Amino acid sequence: MHPAPSIILFTTLSGLGYGLAAVLGLGLLDASTLSVKIAHLAAPVMIAGGLLSSTLHLGNPQRAWRALSQWRSSWLSREGVMAILTFVPLMISAWFSVIEGRYLPAAGLIGTAMCGITVFCTAMIYASLRSLQAWNTGFTPLCYLLFAAAGGFLLAAVAGYSSGTGGTVCAAIAALFVVAAWIAKHQWWTRLRTLVPLSTPESATGLGNIGHVRLFERPHINDNYLTREMGFKVARKHALKLSKIAVIAGGAVPVLLLVVAMLSGVGAVTIVASVLAVGFYALGLVVERWLFFAEARHAVMNYYGG
Amino acid sequence: MTLLPSSPTPRKLGLVIDLDVCVGCHACVISCKEWNTGGYGAALSDQDPYGADVSGTFLNRIHTFEVLPEGGQVIGEAGEARIVHFPKSCLHCEDAPCVTVCPTGASYKRAEDGIVLVDESKCIGCGLCAWSCAYGAREMDLAAGVMKKCTLCVDRVYNETLKEVDRIPSCVRTCPANARHYGDLGDPGSDVSRMVAERGGYDLMPEQGTRPTNKYLPPRARKPLAASAGSAVLAENTDGAKGFFAWLDGMLDRI
Repeated sequence: MHPAPSIILFTTLSGLGYGLAAVLGLGLLDASTLSVKIAHLAAPVMIAGGLLSSTLHLGNPQRAWRALSQWRSSWLSREGVMAILTFVPLMISAWFSVIEGRYLPAAGLIGTAMCGITVFCTAMIYASLRSLQAWNTGFTPLCYLLFAAAGGFLLAAVAGYSSGTGGTVCAAIAALFVVAAWIAKHQWWTRLRTLVPLSTPESATGLGNIGHVRLFERPHINDNYLTREMGFKVARKHALKLSKIAVIAGGAVPVLLLVVAMLSGVGAVTIVASVLAVGFYALGLVVERWLFFAEARHAVMNYYGG
Repeated sequence: MTLLPSSPTPRKLGLVIDLDVCVGCHACVISCKEWNTGGYGAALSDQDPYGADVSGTFLNRIHTFEVLPEGGQVIGEAGEARIVHFPKSCLHCEDAPCVTVCPTGASYKRAEDGIVLVDESKCIGCGLCAWSCAYGAREMDLAAGVMKKCTLCVDRVYNETLKEVDRIPSCVRTCPANARHYGDLGDPGSDVSRMVAERGGYDLMPEQGTRPTNKYLPPRARKPLAASAGSAVLAENTDGAKGFFAWLDGMLDRI
């Protein structure tokens, strides 16, 4: 699949945003401190930025509101509805933190649950597609949820260390989630690389009972929408190398930095280390998301010799 | 609404494509493009149409495959490999994933005849339906920003201003080899259903669980070229010649 930058940016940014909002909703941090107030505002901004960037790849973005209508059958529609509804508890929590300086458990915990549901809907858009065997697994939503949680606790660790309380708790949980997320992703990659293709040129043409089927001529010499959108192959050559880069940047380095922060306990070192951990984690996540699209082989390529 | 109609629909309009007959002339591709660029919905645009990197939106494309039997050899015309021309357009699936993934309700399957259509005034051009289709039946029109697909020429088949003979999809009307057939696959007595029953018509990628309406008829078993070789090289052999030819053969042998 062609990795569209707008979708990669959307899933990375909104995943981090929902993760942060979900962790803030747990009330582990002191809602009256400046850095937690900023975090309460940053989370919705990241989510909104992600949602806006996702509309960039639409052919007719002016009709995007219609995407809220088909929640009964479409995961994309469910995601849109949940994304908007989730803003309600997040805004209430932000209000209580920023204006009143306190944590409201009801709004916080409802917000946490709804953030989780929204990320799950995002993942199910991909996981529900049978035509993309690589994505069509329960590991896909598991990875999305764990990555969102890990990103959320990482960002919360920054807020906690900056405010002086709760940083170490968030950093410790963040380290656990980072490890869990990459273990799940490892399982996802192992499954992908040992897949027996569900569909083949033989089943796609129905000519398998005659013999081995090979594409002789494409419909047209040049590319078309399908081959441009679904025929992306560059990543497969470097997939292993890129996945190692993703694991090191998004897994090993952030965990080391979190350990440094936790051992330091307080002070500027903790803030610098946790900010760097977030930066490396985001970098690793972008590589992971790029591979998520680029490595997935679409069944239609059976008709195009890919 | 992008929920699927209760299955099965009373009629199941679709195509039956005979892979034994298709000669790969691409006439259906052109006639489809011509009819549908001026018919239902936005025109089928081309990008860089007169340049080196031309591409465009097509609702029907012909692929060509080489099929090599187990242990067979590719030796031009004399080998066991055979060429199969393979027309492909929307299969109007009963469990069409392109319908249920649509977030806006633009993509729908008609309850009365099972035709899968796009209401372009609702389409936001997100492309998810094209992702969900294993068959590559949907292509985004880059000029209009909406998803295009085969309409089974819904603007022809019910069009009473056309002569009755023309009230079939454009590709079927055009095919010079009669490789494409149109009809109601929900009616076991229809010509297309009988054809499917007699020839062993099949679904493409049944493992995708989409239950396509369109069916493909397999190429008939081919007589190997070697089997015809006996009669082809008779030039040296005059066994069995009678009458004038026997006399001529004898005379020419003597002189």
